[in-house]
Amino acid sequence: MNDKLMTLNLKIWRQKSAKHKGRMQDYKLSGVSPDMSFLEMVDLLNEQLVRQGDDPVAFDHDCREGICGMCSMMINGEAHGPSALTTTCQLHMRHFHDGDSIVIEPFRAKAFPVIKDLMVDRSAFDKVIQAGGFVSVNTGNPQDANNIPISKENADLAMDAAACIGCGACVASCPNASAMLFVSAKISQLALLPQGQVEAKARAESMVQKMDEVGFGNCSNHAECEASCPKGIDLSNIARMNREYFKAKFS
Amino acid sequence: MSTVNKSIMAYFTTSVGKKQIMALTGLALSGFLLTHLLGNFLILVGADAFNMYAHTLTSNKLIYVAEAGLALIFLTHLGLAFNLTVENKKARPQSYYTKVRTGRGATLASVSMIYTGLVILGFLVSHLMHFKFGPVYYVEMNGTQVRDIYRVVIDYFADPLQAGWYVLAMITMAFHLGHGFQSTFQSFGFNHNKYSPLIKKLGITYAILVSAGFAGLSVWGYLQSSN
Ligand code: HEM
Ligand code: FES
Repeated sequence: MNDKLMTLNLKIWRQKSAKHKGRMQDYKLSGVSPDMSFLEMVDLLNEQLVRQGDDPVAFDHDCREGICGMCSMMINGEAHGPSALTTTCQLHMRHFHDGDSIVIEPFRAKAFPVIKDLMVDRSAFDKVIQAGGFVSVNTGNPQDANNIPISKENADLAMDAAACIGCGACVASCPNASAMLFVSAKISQLALLPQGQVEAKARAESMVQKMDEVGFGNCSNHAECEASCPKGIDLSNIARMNREYFKAKFS
Repeated sequence: MSTVNKSIMAYFTTSVGKKQIMALTGLALSGFLLTHLLGNFLILVGADAFNMYAHTLTSNKLIYVAEAGLALIFLTHLGLAFNLTVENKKARPQSYYTKVRTGRGATLASVSMIYTGLVILGFLVSHLMHFKFGPVYYVEMNGTQVRDIYRVVIDYFADPLQAGWYVLAMITMAFHLGHGFQSTFQSFGFNHNKYSPLIKKLGITYAILVSAGFAGLSVWGYLQSSN
């Protein structure tokens, strides 16, 4: 056996379903390689649990390459764990040490109810998108590239905003469970481009309204969202949303 | 109600709208603090100058309008503070088993706004009780009777406990303003690579100077009587 393998003390939130009460449960897991991703470490635990005839820990994951935004987990009190600009699936066990205790919990917000164990229902985000996160265009042949001139600066800012993968880390890390970083990125990526400007006012109003309606908290400008965002979405997006919203109401 | 009016009314109930009203009222109160401090510095000139200043202010009829406006701004800020705090608590009904600050975002000042705010509220009540609605003595100046507010101030701060409470309250207020001032810019949508860090520094400077100014006057008041 490789002597670099680690043994970890895990404390994981177990909850049978949305209706059941959950609790933290302790697990000891050995044979963890520093080369494993965090999710592979949980896979290892689940193989052990299945072998013992226990219920494996349910958790969300899909791409495992940092682009889908599914792997929501609160690791030692931080969304997606301690590494900046990193999703849980891209977090590696080399950031931990033999004998470490690791607390793993689901993202917690009224708008993100727990489905089972570490899985939460993030469809509140979809509802916000449905409220206005689109442009209405007639379909048909695509236009020639560069038909609509867009400044390099705005193109870059729109691309930066569009890097949001909707993982929900902003909500999870915000002391108020506010979704403003997500919503503002979705508003910004469209408001910055001519195609999105037509509906900019109505979009800002309806997306903000929906965001409040589905139960997210308010923004206190703590900036924990920006600090926890695996894609580095900038706080200036929230400022843009505040501007857009103000403009929509008063101009 | 017309649809336009309805849409404007909705502004006052949405997260972004409330945050901007919080910012506007907070900024107005911050402006008031600065003028209040500058006026108070007249006490260093002497009893006559200070009493004359206070008399001129309070004998102007417009003072009632200004006071009503200030009270309205303060109560709006206060009411929204509670409303937002309750809503934010409700947005996360089940708290985390472990939650740490990343160290790259929230600060002690930002997470304690409601507590530092409550200290300011307590301070304000005691402040109004002891000064505005405090003892009334008269002195004669240029043939008119004016309130000797100078004496009220000096008497109050003669007690080291009371002077100490003022200093503590002002330190607490510095935290509130330290986060609050820069936060208002973000709330109104101003965020700039180059200027936002400067605004942050300006806010902290403002918070420290204003709080130190008031605290300094309290200490000065205490020293007057111990000499
Ligand atoms: C001299 C009096 C006061 C001044 C100058 C002041 C100033 C400010 C400023 C500038 C902000 C930032 C607004 C923003 O984020 O855009 C703020 C926020 C806040 N204030 Fe005050 N404030 C005062 C009194 C109070 C009182 C009495 C309370 C409540 C008990 C209070 C509670 C709060 C809270 C909770 C916030 C944060 C709101 C949020 O963003 O979630 N403040 N204040
Ligand atoms: S699993 Fe897709 S981002 Fe982590």
